[in-house]
Amino acid sequence: MNRSRTRAALGALCSVGLACLIWEGFARSGLFAPALAPSLTLIVSALGRMVLSGAMLWHALYTLYRVLFGFVLASAVGVFIGILMGRFRRVERFFVPLVSVLMPIPSLAWVPVFILWFGLGNAATIALVFYAATFPAIFNTWTGVRSVNRLWIRSAEAMGADERALFQKVVLPGSLPFVIAGLRQAFARAWIAVVGGEMIAATNWGLGWVIFDSKEFLNTDVMMASLAVIGIIGFTFERLIFQTIEQRTVSRWGMVKTVRG
Amino acid sequence: MRRALIPFVEAVLPFVVVGILWQAFALLGPFPPRLFPGVETIFSTFVRLVAKGILPIHALSTLLRLILAFSLAGLLGVALGIIMGRYRWAEDFFLPLTSIGNPIPGLAYAPLFVLWFGLGNLPAVLLVAFAAAFPIVLNTWTGVKAVKEIWIRAAQAMGAQDRQLFWKVVLPGALPYVLTGLRLGLARAWRVLVAVEMLTSVRLGLGWLIFGAREFLNTDVMLAGIAVIGLVGFLLEKLVFQKLEQLTLVRWGMMEA
Amino acid sequence: MHQIELRNIALEYASTENHVTALQDVSFSVEASEFLCVVGQSGCGKTTMLNIVAGFLKPTKGEILIGGKAVTGKGLDRGVVFQDFAQLFPWRTAQRNVEFGLEMKGISKEERAEIALRFLKLVNLEKFARSYPHELSGGMQQRVAIARALAYNPAVLLMDEPFAALDALTREEMQRFLVDVWRETKKTVIYVTHNVAEAVYLADRIIVFSPHPGTVKAQVKIALPRPRDTLSVEFLNYQKEVVYHIVERK
Ligand SMILES: Nc1ncnc2c1ncn2[C@@H]1O[C@H](COP(=O)(O)OP(=O)(O)OP(=O)(O)O)[C@@H](O)[C@H]1O
Ligand SMILES: [Mg+2]
Repeated sequence: MNRSRTRAALGALCSVGLACLIWEGFARSGLFAPALAPSLTLIVSALGRMVLSGAMLWHALYTLYRVLFGFVLASAVGVFIGILMGRFRRVERFFVPLVSVLMPIPSLAWVPVFILWFGLGNAATIALVFYAATFPAIFNTWTGVRSVNRLWIRSAEAMGADERALFQKVVLPGSLPFVIAGLRQAFARAWIAVVGGEMIAATNWGLGWVIFDSKEFLNTDVMMASLAVIGIIGFTFERLIFQTIEQRTVSRWGMVKTVRG
Repeated sequence: MRRALIPFVEAVLPFVVVGILWQAFALLGPFPPRLFPGVETIFSTFVRLVAKGILPIHALSTLLRLILAFSLAGLLGVALGIIMGRYRWAEDFFLPLTSIGNPIPGLAYAPLFVLWFGLGNLPAVLLVAFAAAFPIVLNTWTGVKAVKEIWIRAAQAMGAQDRQLFWKVVLPGALPYVLTGLRLGLARAWRVLVAVEMLTSVRLGLGWLIFGAREFLNTDVMLAGIAVIGLVGFLLEKLVFQKLEQLTLVRWGMMEA
Repeated sequence: MHQIELRNIALEYASTENHVTALQDVSFSVEASEFLCVVGQSGCGKTTMLNIVAGFLKPTKGEILIGGKAVTGKGLDRGVVFQDFAQLFPWRTAQRNVEFGLEMKGISKEERAEIALRFLKLVNLEKFARSYPHELSGGMQQRVAIARALAYNPAVLLMDEPFAALDALTREEMQRFLVDVWRETKKTVIYVTHNVAEAVYLADRIIVFSPHPGTVKAQVKIALPRPRDTLSVEFLNYQKEVVYHIVERK
């Protein structure tokens, strides 16, 4: 297990290295102006400069603040509504039509409206993240609660579980695979929304804003450096946080198989 | 008669409730009507824009762009996924890159694509195709890898050559995954497209319509545009995604049996 | 007084399309510490009957008495074991699964662990207390389910084809094992199966159901000493008799 993991990591390193080499050759071939295709040295030095000056840290913190604020809010609201929908027919009947109409609207379509309502800055971006993340959380939780195995409920009832115990000890853990999958999807959407939102609606801070702003001055190196940071943060959440939660819970219980790759 | 009415009422009721809340907020809330128009204003703007043909033409351009980008992503994505599944070197090289690239929001590349390809349709279509390709590649690869060794052995024992093996065993075996990948890819393309239209300043398109309306504080136009976006998304969901899902589910069922 | 008594039980499944009379006029009783098997063709209402006794379904007509008192719902006096392995909670270890009913009773943590371990020992699984269900074989999972149903000490054990999904060797072992557990714990058991040999091996008495609608058709007392020899002439004669009741036309 551990050995194959190190081998996979080494392989990934090699392939990334090779891709970098190819890019370097392309950048230095002179086919494009360095402003459009900066070499690795330029990108790395831009990254180093921004990290050392502390600017990159602030941009990343702003983005993280917005995305986490919206995501946590959306998770709480989404899981709550999803559970109610799964448990009560009336709530389900009320929300299903709304969710199925609102969910296919890409969150970024709301950017111009939110800018008008909340102004440029944090509020509009957080609202956007909230919109993007709520629906996957609702939808997956609802599915999860409905698909809790009937036998578990019957067994628990036979052993004397009341409504509350049934909910806490059976429905909640039983629907956890779906809830986790939902939050994972919600975070992926939130991450897209925050970057897109910052490009259009942010002022002065945030990783999305840096990228958009550097277009004006043809700072392709800064752009690429920020892209790398966006990738690293997204990857960290996806792999380190969600995958760990999943491995500790639902895959430990044999309820899902973790897919690697 | 009454029986037929009940589901209809049930489906409409939530929208009536939300409509009433919206209207109350428009009348009593802190926003001026310009920023938070009432339901009747949005509706009349919607009708006006449809009658003038403005909404349909924007919607049509968006759809066209979606089809173009998705076809591109589908063709290249499936091809790359299959190559990765069949050849070790391709897997070793591309798999880490696609896994790392997958969680990066495609939209983040928008300024880069604009620098490289200018404004307009070309960067929009390329970027949407690029973003949509990731789930297609990864799922196709998984599908090819999931083709069972015994099927291949059995086919070889019955005299199948490389080509036949590919067309008659590998491809059908991987199909459920490929369809899943296409479904995810199309969904992603749809979500990215509207924002990309705002950033690449295409002439026609729902994203641009909404974004342009900002200049003149035409909130009613924006909301009418969003309504169309919702409608198109809803139809995509009902007519395309669910069909694809049924197809994949049926296939899964066959594989389980 | 009988431990369990069913009086004129009837049940109709009413779906929008058609009504199925699953049970009609079912009456029988079970004595304390008796091992009763219920056999019958597929679809004759055995599971339905068991679900009514367990309290998961309400009968359309009739009543059920347990210990002389009429009962309508679920209760801790009856433990249930299903056919499906999936009845265990995958998010709990074997021990924590067995503890569930005790938790519901509000028993303290130490005591719970001690009781759970005792019952896991009874089913020879004390070494696997910390394993999750997916790490156990099918037979082991069913043994955990039995331990779980016994742990909170119900007087009655209701079992719906608990070994049907096991391979023949494991099933035989589990049957021997169940008889041992039953003798040790002195539970009243209602055991549903459609395997006649299994019923003759396990039961003090066998009730034969006939289908459409499900009713009690015959009762056979098995007067054989335990452990029973499945190849003896008497055993085979009982088997023949039960099969004869099942296939006989009305
Ligand atoms: N939920 C239900 N809705 C409608 N009809 C049902 C339902 N469950 C069972 N039935 C019908 O009731 C009858 C008895 O079913 P039941 O499951 O009790 O049979 P069984 O004796 O346990 O069969 P098996 O040996 O196959 O498990 C069958 O004819 C079945 O079609
Ligand atoms: Mg049954």
